Amino acid sequence: MIINHPILGPRDAQEFVYLGDAGLIERPDGLAEGAVDAFHDYLYLRDNPAGEHRELWYHEQGDRSWLVVTRNTLTHEITRVELARDVARAKGRSK
Amino acid sequence: MAEHRLKPLTPLGHDRPETVSIGPVTLTEVVDQALASLAARQGREEEVAQKAKAAGIPLPAAARAEPGTPYGAFWLSEQSWMVEAPYASHEDIRAILLPLFGDAASITEQTDAWVRFDVSGSDLSAMFERLCNVDLRAAPDNLATRTVIEHMGCYLVRRARDRLSVFGARSSAAALWHALETAAHSAY
Repeated sequence: MIINHPILGPRDAQEFVYLGDAGLIERPDGLAEGAVDAFHDYLYLRDNPAGEHRELWYHEQGDRSWLVVTRNTLTHEITRVELARDVARAKGRSK
Repeated sequence: MAEHRLKPLTPLGHDRPETVSIGPVTLTEVVDQALASLAARQGREEEVAQKAKAAGIPLPAAARAEPGTPYGAFWLSEQSWMVEAPYASHEDIRAILLPLFGDAASITEQTDAWVRFDVSGSDLSAMFERLCNVDLRAAPDNLATRTVIEHMGCYLVRRARDRLSVFGARSSAAALWHALETAAHSAY
């Protein structure tokens, strides 16, 4: 499998480490109201779609960037690769 | 201060750096370069670029290396570079770089973390296609990339068409040297 890195171009999947659902970016505020329930959902509830899936990959043997990869779990076709930093900032999560 | 009578050893554990020629290639253990990583802090990228320019430190584009005197550099990741300088004049490289950048960048001493092996010779691609997934035939002459050689994470920095440096963990120096020697014997 080849992942088309936004900065470095096509790179072999063996250079990457898979983390999981891209929703892990959206870590709840631990001090907010209902934080316990929010963390329960954050930790345990995942969709397991047959089809398009957004997931986090780490380019460990490359530039060590975190990526959000949109991959079809049925065909393994990768339709989109973004820097996780940009995704998080677009959601206002990072400074 | 205590008087130390310690004998300096190269990463391969000898008095002098190793060098060996195998077919058309020469492998050399390089010990005369100091390294420091330089990362621009968030929101200070412009400032770091200006200060680097004033100090004569190149900040090459993604996956590229740039030579220079005394400072050369290769790209590590977004807004992060490895700065190289002669060990004789820049042994304490972090202390030299720190006043140049102040708190605009994070600078970490890297000299003793890495071992550098230079490989020179025609048709290096025949050797490196056995070692890693970097396509040297298609790569530019100033390529700098991280890759995996025999399960070891390494930086590959191409200095010229026929010359490149491999940076690996110093603690795995002998294993990396063995891998390079074996690939050279196999290729030529």
